[in-house]
Amino acid sequence: MIKRFRYQIAIFLSVIGPGLITANVDNDSGGILTYSQAGAKYGYLPLWTLIPITLLLIVTQEMSSRMGAVTGKGLSDLIREEFGLRTTFFLMIALVLTNFTNVIAEFAGIASSLELFHISRYISVPICAVAVWYVVVRGNYRSVEKIFLFACCLYVTYIISAFLLKPDWKEAAIYSVKPILMFDTDYITMLIAMVGTSIAPWMQFYLQSAIVEKGITAKEYVQSRIEVVVGCILTDVVAFFIIVSCATAIWAHGPRDINDAADAAVALKPFGQYAYLLFSAGLFNASFFAACILPLSTVFTVCEGLGFETGVDKRFHEAPEFYWLYTLLVGLGAAVILWPNFPLIKMILASQVLNGVLLPFVLIYMVILINKKGLMKEWTNSAAYNAVAWVSVAIMIGLTLALALITVKQMMPQARIAPAVSAPLAQVQRYDSGRHAFKADVHESRFAHLFRQAVGIGKFTN
Amino acid sequence: MADDFLFLTELLGLKVYDLKGRRLGLVKDAVIVPLIHPSRVDRFLVGGGWAWLTVRYDQIRSITLDGIYLKDEQLTPYHSDEYMLRLVRDLLDQQIIDGQGRKVVRVTDVTFQIKQEAEGNVIDIIDIDIGLRSVLRRLAQGVVPPRLIRRVQVLIPPHSIRWEHCSIIEADPQRRLRLNVSNEILERMHPADLADIVEDLSPDDREAIFESIDSEVAAETLSEMEPDVQASILESLETEKAADIVEEMSPHEAADVLAELEEQTSEDILEEMEVEPKAEVEELLEYEENSAGGLMNTEYVALPENTTVAGAMEALKAHEEILENLNTLFLVDANEQLKAAIPLARLFTASGVTPLKELAPDTLIHVDVEERQDRITELFDKYNLLTLPVIDAEGKLAGVITVDEIISLLREK
Repeated sequence: MIKRFRYQIAIFLSVIGPGLITANVDNDSGGILTYSQAGAKYGYLPLWTLIPITLLLIVTQEMSSRMGAVTGKGLSDLIREEFGLRTTFFLMIALVLTNFTNVIAEFAGIASSLELFHISRYISVPICAVAVWYVVVRGNYRSVEKIFLFACCLYVTYIISAFLLKPDWKEAAIYSVKPILMFDTDYITMLIAMVGTSIAPWMQFYLQSAIVEKGITAKEYVQSRIEVVVGCILTDVVAFFIIVSCATAIWAHGPRDINDAADAAVALKPFGQYAYLLFSAGLFNASFFAACILPLSTVFTVCEGLGFETGVDKRFHEAPEFYWLYTLLVGLGAAVILWPNFPLIKMILASQVLNGVLLPFVLIYMVILINKKGLMKEWTNSAAYNAVAWVSVAIMIGLTLALALITVKQMMPQARIAPAVSAPLAQVQRYDSGRHAFKADVHESRFAHLFRQAVGIGKFTN
Repeated sequence: MADDFLFLTELLGLKVYDLKGRRLGLVKDAVIVPLIHPSRVDRFLVGGGWAWLTVRYDQIRSITLDGIYLKDEQLTPYHSDEYMLRLVRDLLDQQIIDGQGRKVVRVTDVTFQIKQEAEGNVIDIIDIDIGLRSVLRRLAQGVVPPRLIRRVQVLIPPHSIRWEHCSIIEADPQRRLRLNVSNEILERMHPADLADIVEDLSPDDREAIFESIDSEVAAETLSEMEPDVQASILESLETEKAADIVEEMSPHEAADVLAELEEQTSEDILEEMEVEPKAEVEELLEYEENSAGGLMNTEYVALPENTTVAGAMEALKAHEEILENLNTLFLVDANEQLKAAIPLARLFTASGVTPLKELAPDTLIHVDVEERQDRITELFDKYNLLTLPVIDAEGKLAGVITVDEIISLLREK
């Protein structure tokens, strides 16, 4: 009996890792700053998203790990085998571009965390880029990983801070369950970024490969599932406290955008003079950790999908595509940061939006794959799972389309259209007010106006 | 067309014309039937209208980039059967084993050779294409004219594997037979290479390979793998097959593997084993994993105290199979008590009549079966040992620890 119990624990410990690591990488520089921005700008308002996000996070992560355990293959391998090379190629291009912005974001996180201590990015970023490259390629990454994981305890500072700041818990609780939707570009952008940062597409690829590499099979999968779920919940608990801290420390004194790391560090102000240090250390650790994993995971995904040789144990000439792509991602990602006056924080937030835009497409492939009987045998999705997944896909595509529409509308050249709109409208008002004496509060949309002009109606002045 | 090769990406979508030059349809897939011919494309599947038609290789007059011209119009509708390997469905984008490069690769394209036979053109698979060049062809397929692709692709170095060095991976044992999948390529590889390859595959494919290859090769391959992979493979196999493989392993390695398994599985496997190896393995299983008993193996040569050099040589001839890793001989008395350890090389400089006893070094180093692992590594380091004898509580020789075991041990840390 005891022996059986010990065996169970041994299994649990041996499969531990992929889920928790993924959960921690989840709160990378993009995560910290997106949640900070959400709290600083909208207060407790965005808290309601966390419950559906957690649900979706659990569903996606669980699907990736299940696919990994059952098929023993990576996500890009499966996409290649089932959908062919062309589909894989274009998905990989999209993934590389998105992940590239994420790599930039990680280096931006490194740069901005160290700039709090007046260390120039021209010094910090090149050094860290070389360090990342070296740590991963020279293969002592495994031992470094433990330090990162340990340093992830720094997130606890947000939880302590949130309590010390004495937030309005009642309001926080209400907004956690009360959905509020506004058709405002900034708000929708932020929603997409929050989903994109929590459920980053690259993490699905990473988690599945990690499960495969760990040799977890369908039999041991039950233990792994617990770990994945715990990891997902942890991620969003941290997110909750970041938002609450920022809402109390920043938004309550006037909503505003986060423009640099110093702004975001205000959330830790109960720690007084140590606030900067703690924030900087947390952001640096998260960014550096993710900067190690993200480019490597990207290169593995792409090379496996396209059938190129992979592995840091290979020599350069044995896996040239692998090393080139890896070096380019790290090198260029760091180089972009060094561009004079590069807007670090804006870049970080934008990369998370891209994540959110790519996510539904990755999800679509995942759901189709996981429902294939030939692949998953008795491990296919249940109807409830599929429902959550498809609804999420629909919502994410809906949000993305809404964002695209609003953005396009805003990008219409203002200077040319604005007078053209006001002129006929003014005439309408004059004409009407003269005839019917009705107070002109006429509001015409730009599209309606353009349409009216195009078909030649609405010339009321004769 | 001067070139005598054709890519699968070019073949797909080629127009097929009948005797009067009317277009019948487009090539959708090509089929080889390995039982009949290992590389010749036996049938072409042509899509036109609602159904697919089958064109046999001997119904074709010519194949060029401009199309396929038939000489016989008696085409039959397409029926799938288990004996055919459909290149697009079963090969393209799937993993295969490259026997020469000793790795698992993914098929991006296939190169055929166009052969001029008496009655018409026949195409044979010559290469499996991987790498950037074939990726370019796949992406441009159907969008860019083939001749232009051919001209552009020479800028990229080719990356191909000869078809005869490839081994396809098929998890279904029935289908393996029908597709005539041979294990020859795998069995010829060094077990360490095969182990690396198998570790790269999915659990189903691993199982399929271990089910079908020779037990001896399987045993050697398994010994090269990580303990957790060993366990998961053995657990997936039929107990009988697992027992066959474990029997072929050295008792020491067998004990190590069995210790990794769940208790029930390991008992089931032991049950299936032959009596002799079973007893030895069970004995070894008794020892604590990190003690001398857990580290030792039982492949040693022990001779009576009074043996001469010539006698030892004779005895060795009877044990050819363990010579490769042998470097020490042991002398035991009538009660099986360990008396001396003689380095093998000493035998070559001594005359045939010399008693072995005289060649023994002054100090005899040995450990007890209970000895701790770190103390053992210390001894190996201190005395520059290659082989360390292990004795049981009664002073009898129980086994030996060899230096390769120590190396693996230190590498694990």
